[in-house]
Amino acid sequence: MSKKFLPLVLGAAMGVAATSASAATLDDVKAKGFVQCGVSQGLPGFSNPDAQGNWSGLDVDFCRAMAASIFDDANAVKFTPLSAKERFTALQSGEIDVLSRNTTWTMTRDTSLGLNFAGVNYYDGQGFMVRKDLGVTSALELSGASVCTNTGTTTELNVADYFRANNMPYEIVAFEKADEVVAAYDAGRCDVYTTDASGLYAQRLKLTNPGDHMVLPEIISKEPLGPVVRQGDDQWFNIAKWTLNAMINAEELGVTKANVEEMMKSENPDVKRLLGSEGAYGEALGLSNDWALRIVKHVGNYGESFDANVGPDTPLGIARGVNALWSKGGVLYAPPIR
Amino acid sequence: MANVDIFQVRTHEAPLLPAPVSTTGAIGWMRQNLFSSVGNTLLTFFGMYLAYSIIMPFIQFAFIDAIWTGDNREACLATDPNTHAGACWAYVKAYLPQFIYGRYPEMERYRVDIVYAMFVLLLVPLLMPSAPQKTLNAILFLVVFPIVAYFLLTGLEIGDFVVFPIVETAQWGGLLVTLVIAVTGIVASLPLGIALALGRRSQMPIIKLVSIIFIEFWRGVPLITVLFMSSVMLPLFLPEGVTFDKLLRVLIGVTLFSSAYMAEVVRGGLQAIPKGQYEGAMALGLRFWPMMYLIILPQALKLVIPGIVNTFIGLFKDTTLVLIVGMFDLLGQIQSSFSDPNWSTPTQGHTGYLFAAIVFFVFCFGMSRYSIFMENKLHTGHKR
Amino acid sequence: MSDTADAPPRASLLNDPKARGLFYQGLLIAILVAVGYFIVTNTIANLERQNISSGWGFLENTAGFGIIQALVPYAETSSYGRAIYVGFLNTLLVAAIGIFIATILGFVMGIARLSNNWVINRIAYWYVEFIRNVPLLLQIFFWYFAVLRAVPDKRSKWSLFDTFHLNIAGLRGPAPIYEPGSEVIGWALVIGLIATFVIKRWAKIRQDATGQQFPMFWTGLGLIVGLPVLAFFVMGGPISLEYPVFNETGPMLRRGFELGTGFNLIPEFLALTLALSIYTAAFIAEIVRAGIQAVAHGQTEAANALGLRKGPTLRLVIIPQAMRVIIPPLTSQYLNLTKNSSLAVAIAFPDLVSVGGTVLNQTGQAVEIIAIWMMVYLSLSLLTSMFMNWYNQRMALVER
Repeated sequence: MSKKFLPLVLGAAMGVAATSASAATLDDVKAKGFVQCGVSQGLPGFSNPDAQGNWSGLDVDFCRAMAASIFDDANAVKFTPLSAKERFTALQSGEIDVLSRNTTWTMTRDTSLGLNFAGVNYYDGQGFMVRKDLGVTSALELSGASVCTNTGTTTELNVADYFRANNMPYEIVAFEKADEVVAAYDAGRCDVYTTDASGLYAQRLKLTNPGDHMVLPEIISKEPLGPVVRQGDDQWFNIAKWTLNAMINAEELGVTKANVEEMMKSENPDVKRLLGSEGAYGEALGLSNDWALRIVKHVGNYGESFDANVGPDTPLGIARGVNALWSKGGVLYAPPIR
Repeated sequence: MANVDIFQVRTHEAPLLPAPVSTTGAIGWMRQNLFSSVGNTLLTFFGMYLAYSIIMPFIQFAFIDAIWTGDNREACLATDPNTHAGACWAYVKAYLPQFIYGRYPEMERYRVDIVYAMFVLLLVPLLMPSAPQKTLNAILFLVVFPIVAYFLLTGLEIGDFVVFPIVETAQWGGLLVTLVIAVTGIVASLPLGIALALGRRSQMPIIKLVSIIFIEFWRGVPLITVLFMSSVMLPLFLPEGVTFDKLLRVLIGVTLFSSAYMAEVVRGGLQAIPKGQYEGAMALGLRFWPMMYLIILPQALKLVIPGIVNTFIGLFKDTTLVLIVGMFDLLGQIQSSFSDPNWSTPTQGHTGYLFAAIVFFVFCFGMSRYSIFMENKLHTGHKR
Repeated sequence: MSDTADAPPRASLLNDPKARGLFYQGLLIAILVAVGYFIVTNTIANLERQNISSGWGFLENTAGFGIIQALVPYAETSSYGRAIYVGFLNTLLVAAIGIFIATILGFVMGIARLSNNWVINRIAYWYVEFIRNVPLLLQIFFWYFAVLRAVPDKRSKWSLFDTFHLNIAGLRGPAPIYEPGSEVIGWALVIGLIATFVIKRWAKIRQDATGQQFPMFWTGLGLIVGLPVLAFFVMGGPISLEYPVFNETGPMLRRGFELGTGFNLIPEFLALTLALSIYTAAFIAEIVRAGIQAVAHGQTEAANALGLRKGPTLRLVIIPQAMRVIIPPLTSQYLNLTKNSSLAVAIAFPDLVSVGGTVLNQTGQAVEIIAIWMMVYLSLSLLTSMFMNWYNQRMALVER
């Protein structure tokens, strides 16, 4: 401890944080007392700060769930807003412990960027938004359009592929920041705004007259968005993976924030294993056995998080659709806890 | 030829000339400065038309049509859908705390106020040539103030005892970030710049070469690539697991960048010191550092105060670039407020940019006036 | 610092300036090597540990993204290297046009600053003060986001002479179509330029020898403009104009200008070039003013005494002397403009930094991309300072 003290003081004085990223992230997180979570710079419904700087959203809830499972406190988490360009470096360098920033799971990112995707917390796809008065009803009518989008994302590549595959000429205007794309699209620079469909719904709220715009039905790509951790720490990877799975399983088993104490008395062995009254699944993760109980108690299950942040009753108004449980016609399917 | 009468003798009085055109008073002034010739008169009218067509819409927008009060966008929408309303100052008013403090927690904003107040109280006497106690003042400003400001802004927690709760730099924003970057950049780059300037004038070839390469490198690349480098590449340079705060990374980039410019300014001052001063110092038996510290630098730095202020103005304006790497300085904070649907009107952007322009203009114009004032003041001493 | 003839009494090694110099320089090298080693090993270790690929091979890979403005053929199937090259050319284009406009505007404003006319003088003064004291990025945003909203939308336009049209999609005009035979016009231009140069030298030699002046301006104009025009008509007008097609009817999306017809300057380019030129011109104006004021007043008086009028005084006496003061800071303003063009990244103009950033994101190869950026800008600034040294040397010869 004394050996660590001097660098710690020096580090604190200089604003340098020294963490040993490779070894056991869990130990580091426990030592510092919070999870450092990389989020977007403001995407309503997914990760967005309010005027007081409190973060909320689907991606934020995942970070809170991780904090809850480790510390029994959903607020033991600090958020680092990151641009698309910085996000992977921030994770690789150990600046953040987990990246939960509407990030698409692709093969290159898995293989050549040293990342591990912990699963999918939102099945998305790229869509198009246009002005209603254009009278366009399908993306296939967009030949000759100018398209606004974010630079350096999979979106930019998908739109190029789509227009090329359908032999339609187009013009791309790619901005660095989402706010700039919205501003340019709102000013009428482009006919079309394209990004992940969830993002379209979120950004539409920022337009002068959201009612004048519509999202076209075509989804031109698969965009499984999920939380990401560094490669090389399997324990931390497991915690991230199973935090997500626990939220989905909780919804499947009907365990909610409201009824979780009641459910403790349940005789259903699946529920018992989830909430830690049977077996030692938490300890195997390096956590306590009531880890999933904590998640549901503080954050809620996946469905609750979805409804509170992006669901039909929120300004975004996104239907569950493909993000419903597998038993309800969607593709959310978490492996069992056993 | 010889008969030509070379002496002319006036036989009668010359006719009286008309009184000279007035060169004093308003009319005379106008005649001299505005209507001295046909071309000049045309120019005057052209210029007046130009000024009128720029200033009038501006006044119309910023004052006459402006909306000063209101709670949301409804207030700032034009009543007639075919026209635009004027500036929406109500929106600036609603967002003013964010523009000044960013997302700094409301409860803790008094700490930022203290820092602002200390900054002004220490800086103003330092800038006034007649104020006493310059050395003490400089020590307070350059040494004590940064330390106090650091703990005030970031927070101070000794063990479990919380003096000031920690506020992460991610929550800082607005004018606070602009000032922190500009002031830290200039204060930290000054010693580095002096060292580089001395290095560039050194007789030791390697030190000279290294200084030149360093200076020319940073002066040759755009600041934005430096910022990208510090936000994307710097983490790769550090050993595994060591990370820097994002603001600190930007500060390092900005400091290195401005130290190169500072070095050139200081070099100008060093070159302006007559050789006799060096020789005199050496004749007194002073070594290099005492000579620099006692004789050369005090004279050289005094000479380049205007240059330093100009570098500072440049840096102050350049802080806006940090918004490209995702930090929220004043301009970044204003831009991010545009996405608030609560206030989004066709004139929101104009209003926000106008506000930013006014703030930056007031700061920079004030500094450039100060630089001119110092230039005149210092000039007298060196005129022969 | 030079050695004296008779060796001084041996000072202790500690006090020997030579030894100390060697020591300090050795120390500096050691520190630099250590820091370099630290950075390189860390970077290599980090890249390896995180399984990030490195090397220049990625430049050959398919880029896959579109670029809105390319001076050389580019498609999504082109390579990353090609994309970066396109960005580089765009940077050069913005810089060249920006420098051209900024120079003209800057000289006009600088001379206006010295005008006796109070109104003109004040306008120039406030132009310079206002523009210099507001951040460039803010001005770019203003031109792009604020002015953009004020121009007509894509389905309508403002037209000038029914040839140039402005709307939110940019400034459109007729595009030249080169037909066979048009290369002759290019050659005519080259011949005109060379002939002008040769005649100018001859005229100078003749003037030096005989004092006779030659109407160089009109001759040059005739050669440079006249020859190509002549060639154009002789070849039977091989260049035709393609006018942009504006659809007033049809489906909503189809209305407005058709993609790829006519010549289009995209609004990102317009905003960036305008902001850069106006910003840099304010600095150039100050340089010009200072340069002209640096010419001693006696020169003007002497010229007046020789009977030169105002125009020739400026052209033959003041400006040539002022240029010597003006050119060095002017070149560094040109360099600043080029470096500042990297702010294109904020408004989606595909310059070197903006395209490079996209490639960086797609490939994750930060080190290589940032190295390319730095190399390009450093070479540009090196070229500029080489030019400046050459110019200073040339000027020094003229001095007494």
